[in-house]
Amino acid sequence: MTKIRVVHCINQFFGGLGGEEEAGAAPRWFDGPKGPGLLLGRLESEFEIIGTVVFGDNYVAENLDEAPAEIVALIEAHSAEPELLLAGPAFNAGRYGMACGAICVAAQERLGVAAVTALYPENPAVDAYRRRVTIVRALGDVMGMRDALAGLARVGRKLVAGEPIAPDADGTIPHGLRQNFFASETGAQRAVQLLLRKLAGEAFSTEYPVPVFDRVAPAPAVEDVSTVTLALVTSGGIVPRGNPDRIPSASASVYGEYSLEGLDRLSSETHQSVHGGYDPTYANEDPNRVLPLDAVRMLEREGRIGRLHERYFATVGNATSVENAKRFGEEIAAKLDNVGAQAVILTST
Amino acid sequence: MEIDVAAGASAHVHESLIRATGLGAAEHVAKCAVGAPPDERGEIEWDNAGVDRALPRLVYVYMVLSQGLLHDTYVMGRNAAEWLPATLDPRLVIDGALVSGNCVSACDKNTTFHHQNNPIVTELLAGHGTRWNFVGVVLTNASTRLAEKERAAAAAVDLTRGLEADGAVVSKEGFGNPDADLMMLLRGLEHARIKTVGVTDEFAGVDGASQSLADAAREADALVSTGNANERIVLPPMRKVIGPLPDVARLAGGYAYSLRDDGALEVELQAIVGATNQLGFSRLSCRGV
Repeated sequence: MTKIRVVHCINQFFGGLGGEEEAGAAPRWFDGPKGPGLLLGRLESEFEIIGTVVFGDNYVAENLDEAPAEIVALIEAHSAEPELLLAGPAFNAGRYGMACGAICVAAQERLGVAAVTALYPENPAVDAYRRRVTIVRALGDVMGMRDALAGLARVGRKLVAGEPIAPDADGTIPHGLRQNFFASETGAQRAVQLLLRKLAGEAFSTEYPVPVFDRVAPAPAVEDVSTVTLALVTSGGIVPRGNPDRIPSASASVYGEYSLEGLDRLSSETHQSVHGGYDPTYANEDPNRVLPLDAVRMLEREGRIGRLHERYFATVGNATSVENAKRFGEEIAAKLDNVGAQAVILTST
Repeated sequence: MEIDVAAGASAHVHESLIRATGLGAAEHVAKCAVGAPPDERGEIEWDNAGVDRALPRLVYVYMVLSQGLLHDTYVMGRNAAEWLPATLDPRLVIDGALVSGNCVSACDKNTTFHHQNNPIVTELLAGHGTRWNFVGVVLTNASTRLAEKERAAAAAVDLTRGLEADGAVVSKEGFGNPDADLMMLLRGLEHARIKTVGVTDEFAGVDGASQSLADAAREADALVSTGNANERIVLPPMRKVIGPLPDVARLAGGYAYSLRDDGALEVELQAIVGATNQLGFSRLSCRGV
């Protein structure tokens, strides 16, 4: 039985080139499997990993237009003619995930080859690529390596065989597309059967899951702002220089709480922007542009507000998951409540 | 049949003329069958006396459009806007109580044929007394004004409660604003502790990537989908065509380039009458991929 010819694309870390310092590495080819590809080869006997492309995270993620095409050219230059391209698993790594997504798109469009990657559902690359790329659902870190590789193998085989992928059964993240098909019974029959199951208290599935929209009732307006304790919160990523809490430039799962005591304004010497979703030049030049400490101090001096709470909260609101954002909001609100803050200026970007 | 309209006839006059002509033609054709032996015989029994009390009590909430010119429905000869919501004997539905007067996007129109052969009514009648107790039909209308929608939904829920329903199947006609009526009905019924299933088609865009419905409700947790009406289909050229084919370009779901040189038609399902009929007439469904 002929094996399925597979090319595996992994980043500098998994490819053994190095860590963050090699993130700018240009893609290079290695014959046979490397890194996690070795484990994949042991898990899946139907695959022949003919080669591995190892690339730097930044090299591809910062060059999503051209770098994937380079990788395609590299594969062609080695006359690889794969039937399947696997990228990652990238778990929750944002840049690695984006690179994997872009490489899968290039494989599909330029090589005409089936492609699949494995990502953690909260990876921002999922939103960016789920429509166009088949993504195996993976855990958030390397603890999920074995399962993710098994998923890549399982789904990869189906894609090569032209079999349809069912997200729940196959462990993939839905493309988020609706597709018509003919059921074995009429809509009327299915409706009555669905109702009977619901009435009997049995498990049932809707044929169309209706999106749930959250409603947040706005708090009532402050009656007298001149007596209020105001707090500053930002998702614009303004943090003390050096980013002591290592808040990431995207997909933040943490926020920081920092002192404003004795500060009349922020400056490029004391603070910086670590937000990866906007050009930080102007915020780095003058961080007050995103966290308006200077303006609020002015209001304080003029008696237009009661006082500014001496600590501020910051995170990066770039591809923040809804879950995390909710948690930040609830926790920060509780802390501000405890110190008697009654109003917040929340800046975002 | 070709109908030329006299100059100066108002849109309403035009519409009622076309409708009357169509009904007259239908009567003319039907008269040919009078007295002839039927191809099939069946008996429909609907008797609520003595039904096993352990069986679940099911109601069919039947929503039809009453939205003005070319968007009306007639029940027992009267415009639905005049007297719905109301309960109706399901046998009257099979007997032809409803006549369609609307020309919505072809795909989710309930034609008179669909009404007379309502598959939800026939399915519920089939299991009545054995698998469930089909206690009745609540006919309700979807109008264009919000206050009217809310009034009709509330009244339909009241009627359904009056029938002591355990569960209700709710069907729909049209899309867009009727999505709001569907959600109002499902929400109202669930809050009245009546379990519901809604039947609806979807407008998820040509690529299937858009939000399918124009409204949403947490209570709408059991929906049957009769298909994404935006999906495209290529119909092969036909040897015989009745009607002006180029008009397809003007239909909802058709495009300027729909009619190909070889006579094939590329259209969305939206342009085909009954393609995504929301009485659940066909086996078409839709799923997330």
